[in-house]
Amino acid sequence: MERLRQTPSQTVGPFFAYSLTAQQYGYPYDSIVHHALLGPATPGQHIYITGRVLDGQGAPVPDAVVELWQADAQGQYRTAPINPREDDGRDFTGFGRVGTGTQAGAVFRFETIKPGAVGPGQAPHINVTLFMRGSLHGLRTRLYFEDEAAANAHDELLSAVPPERRATLLARCVAGGGLPGYHLDIHLQGAEETVFFTL
Amino acid sequence: MEPVNFDVQPPHLYPPYKSTILRSPTRPLLPVRELLKDLSLPVFGESVLQQFDNDLTKNARVNGEPIGERIKVAGRVFDEAGRPQPNVLLEIWQANAAGRYVHRREVHDAPLDPNFLGGGRVLTDREGRYSFYTIKPGAYPWGNHHNAWRPNHIHFSVLGHQLAHRLVTQMYFPGDPLFEFDPIYQSVPAHARELLVARFRMDWTDPEFALAYEFNIVLGGHHQSLFE
Repeated sequence: MERLRQTPSQTVGPFFAYSLTAQQYGYPYDSIVHHALLGPATPGQHIYITGRVLDGQGAPVPDAVVELWQADAQGQYRTAPINPREDDGRDFTGFGRVGTGTQAGAVFRFETIKPGAVGPGQAPHINVTLFMRGSLHGLRTRLYFEDEAAANAHDELLSAVPPERRATLLARCVAGGGLPGYHLDIHLQGAEETVFFTL
Repeated sequence: MEPVNFDVQPPHLYPPYKSTILRSPTRPLLPVRELLKDLSLPVFGESVLQQFDNDLTKNARVNGEPIGERIKVAGRVFDEAGRPQPNVLLEIWQANAAGRYVHRREVHDAPLDPNFLGGGRVLTDREGRYSFYTIKPGAYPWGNHHNAWRPNHIHFSVLGHQLAHRLVTQMYFPGDPLFEFDPIYQSVPAHARELLVARFRMDWTDPEFALAYEFNIVLGGHHQSLFE
């Protein structure tokens, strides 16, 4: 079998918003992925997730785009096609996207549900991908929940992370906002550098 | 014959592109291929597409046609084994013919075009094919270093079906004199830069309407088992 060479990755640059997150930024184009991964009637514990992306000097990055992809409350990933103009008022998509350029402090905020465990050896988690100016690749990581300590202790992927770095993947519980909330700061560099993945 | 070099990706840290200095990971990345091998990505249905999403010369008209050279960009999406990838979501964005982005943080002193936004999207068909019409984007200056200019390019966000098939890249145009001065283009190993450059296709041209460029995309992942 002949193997083809991959297309190299390039930076998303600073000007993605009018295509990738147009509605959030107020550009005259529609969006097919949003900060809400769910509808009002989606089963499960409704939560919000906030966070920041911090550069090597600890400064919040105001031009990143963050994507979440997660299972539903039963631990199932959506396999049915997402049809935003038909079903998104009701259905859980599991897929969200937010830019860090519209909220004070370059905070991203998602509304979703707390995912169920996908299978044995997996604690509830959310797949996170970041793109930004200054990053020549998408950066992949995961968000785990600090209030799932028992499940986290037996998670295969967390167990593969050096113990002293596991906390970089744990979102902490935050009060306020009307829903249970979790917050995760993603550190690109420094003592608390987030664990990023390679495939 | 020289062996093919499959190491095509740029490094995370590429100091000539200054923004990478504070924004690239410094520690080894955690290999997760085995752990995440069963994870697929979201799939979008046809209803995400509106009538002119694949025609940037039409999807933002206010009072006339956008200014500039109308072109067609088309190609196919494959995996590394050469299998066509159907139903892949391509989201695109670019500067207008004058080298100006609509984005509000853009400060380049070039005119906006009231009839051009520069954003669009398309899904690949069953054979992995896509095409869209647009205006050829202009070059523009940026602040990376003195007299820095980006070559003409179109941004692509690609969402395929496996975790490794999430790619953001840029398509360039053949023969651009700015290639040798652009650290983003140069961040890719020299032998692989051609993979980012579209091919001019006279035979795909719409006569008396639009010149055509071919840009094929190969989605990666390190599926060594396929090739060992």
